[in-house]
Amino acid sequence: MADEAHIAVTHLTMAFDDYVVQRDLDFSVRRGEVFIVMGGSGCGKTTLLKHMIGLKPPVEGDVLYDGKSFWTVDEEERDKVKRRFGVLFQGGALWSSMTLAENVGLPLRLYTALGEQEIRDIAAYKLALVGLAGFEDYTPGEISGGMKKRAGLARAMALDPEILYFDEPSAGLDPLSARLLDELILELRDTLGTTLVVVTHELASIFAIGDTAVFLDADAKTQLAVGNPRELRDASPDPRVRRFLTRGETDGKALPAGVN
Amino acid sequence: MRQPATLDLRQTDDGVLRVRLAGDWLLAGTLPSTRDALDRIGHEPRRHLVFDTADLGRWDTALLTTLLTIRREAERAGISVSDEHLPEGARQLMRLAATVKEPEGARRHEVHRGVVEEVGQATLGIWAALLDFVRFIGVCVQSVSRLVRGRASYQRSDFLVAIQEAGVESLPIVSLISFLIGMIFAFVGARQLEQFGAGIYVADLVAVAMVREMAPIMTAIIMAGRTGAAYAAGLGTMKVNEEIDALSSMGVNPIDFLVLPRLVALVVMMPLLTLYGSLLGILGGALVSLIMLDVSLVQYVAQTAGSMGLSSLLGGLFKAFVYGALVAMAGCQQGMACGGSAMAVGQATTRAVVMGIVLVIVSAALLTVIYINLDI
Repeated sequence: MADEAHIAVTHLTMAFDDYVVQRDLDFSVRRGEVFIVMGGSGCGKTTLLKHMIGLKPPVEGDVLYDGKSFWTVDEEERDKVKRRFGVLFQGGALWSSMTLAENVGLPLRLYTALGEQEIRDIAAYKLALVGLAGFEDYTPGEISGGMKKRAGLARAMALDPEILYFDEPSAGLDPLSARLLDELILELRDTLGTTLVVVTHELASIFAIGDTAVFLDADAKTQLAVGNPRELRDASPDPRVRRFLTRGETDGKALPAGVN
Repeated sequence: MRQPATLDLRQTDDGVLRVRLAGDWLLAGTLPSTRDALDRIGHEPRRHLVFDTADLGRWDTALLTTLLTIRREAERAGISVSDEHLPEGARQLMRLAATVKEPEGARRHEVHRGVVEEVGQATLGIWAALLDFVRFIGVCVQSVSRLVRGRASYQRSDFLVAIQEAGVESLPIVSLISFLIGMIFAFVGARQLEQFGAGIYVADLVAVAMVREMAPIMTAIIMAGRTGAAYAAGLGTMKVNEEIDALSSMGVNPIDFLVLPRLVALVVMMPLLTLYGSLLGILGGALVSLIMLDVSLVQYVAQTAGSMGLSSLLGGLFKAFVYGALVAMAGCQQGMACGGSAMAVGQATTRAVVMGIVLVIVSAALLTVIYINLDI
């Protein structure tokens, strides 16, 4: 079970018109692991995420879910696969005309047979899980950026999806909230067996939660390494990967305190 | 195979209430009603509650919310709840949900207002909106005076772009509508006036109506829907994006930088567009007259030229100037007062158009009365 490729990205090339962002991406995400997509700003992390969740078709290559193609099937098939995952967008992407409880409740209303009170209870629980107990009846315009992000997370988790995609989950969160989020991510993996794909460049988070990571490079325009982030930090043959994972402070020297 | 989820309460002799949860508790399935169980917990003499999960199958959030509801109800009834028999993961997730306490005073309580209060609040809202608009007019006047003294900071290119968008790009729609309005007036007039053998006066009718009333009003309404809406949506989105805060923080007055070029552009372009619209309206009228009536083009032009003095023309252009200022200010004011969300931008745009049209029509009525009294 653990070694089964839940998501596989095969020979993926991404481009905006003629401008190639990344080419020949090839990696797989095992069921029930926390998979990190990392790399410097502008290397195409978010674009990769958009290819994996069906917002942007690849120029070449494919994404496989449980071995089945995601991009060569028709729209309807793709929509079915999409229901199996939840996505947290960078800015939360909450629907501004709805309250937080309605935001979280909408996927439940659309895709389950639950009653209003149950949906309301679930929304309240999900919001409590991200530290927003009591804010059910606020609209997104009334809360801070960090809170929007957490509410977006609650919405992504609404249906207990088997895969969760997070785009920069801890950016804009205070250290305590970020830590709570990491804890939540691990808890989801351990208890519900959720597969988590996290786009981030927060080193603390990468080492705290990452089982496997792929490193994208903006200059090489492809992936430089795939593997456990700690091992990559200590033993990656590529100095660019080591530099990134040690904040450029070491090149095989002793690690700075507190990174571990 | 999915087992149906079940929930039942059992009392044991040792004074403990057992809540037995069995089957698969999944969001995708159907869940048993918790109301009876909660009711019984509320009237339960026993002081201790334990969960029995020996036959529990797969579970997800569906189980967790039920557990939390039961625990809340039990605690309200003063029953102590033990979660020792729950799956480890469920305990952890319940603990996480309770990690961040609800901040005091955060929760909203629904406020019910009577009809009288609603009407009263809405009326006060209209008054407040009017005051806001008058205040904004003041702010704009100050800004214009800074412009006159050469102290306003704005970009020339912004002004030119605004001129292009409000002026040149409006020409097609203004042409179409003015031409058709002129034709409609001529049709209606020709039918009536022909009965008295006064068909040639269609030229007077079309010219006076277009120049004095219709061209300014129609152009203003087009501008309210086109340019006023664009102002409100553009400025509103900038507000949402914190772009206006960024300008303020650099010491740039956002009114001078953003509102002024738009306001001046529309105020300058409106009379020109109106003049152009009048001309096309008269052309439309001429076309209909030449076809329907026994008049020549020379006759029609001569009749039009004699139909009014310079004061009518200037009066019409002054109206256009006033309408342009009102439409631009309504659009800019709503944009600058926009709330912080995508929805708010839409609402601001709607309000800008409605407000612009209402202001145009009300001021048209006022100006017409004033003109009549001044014999213009």
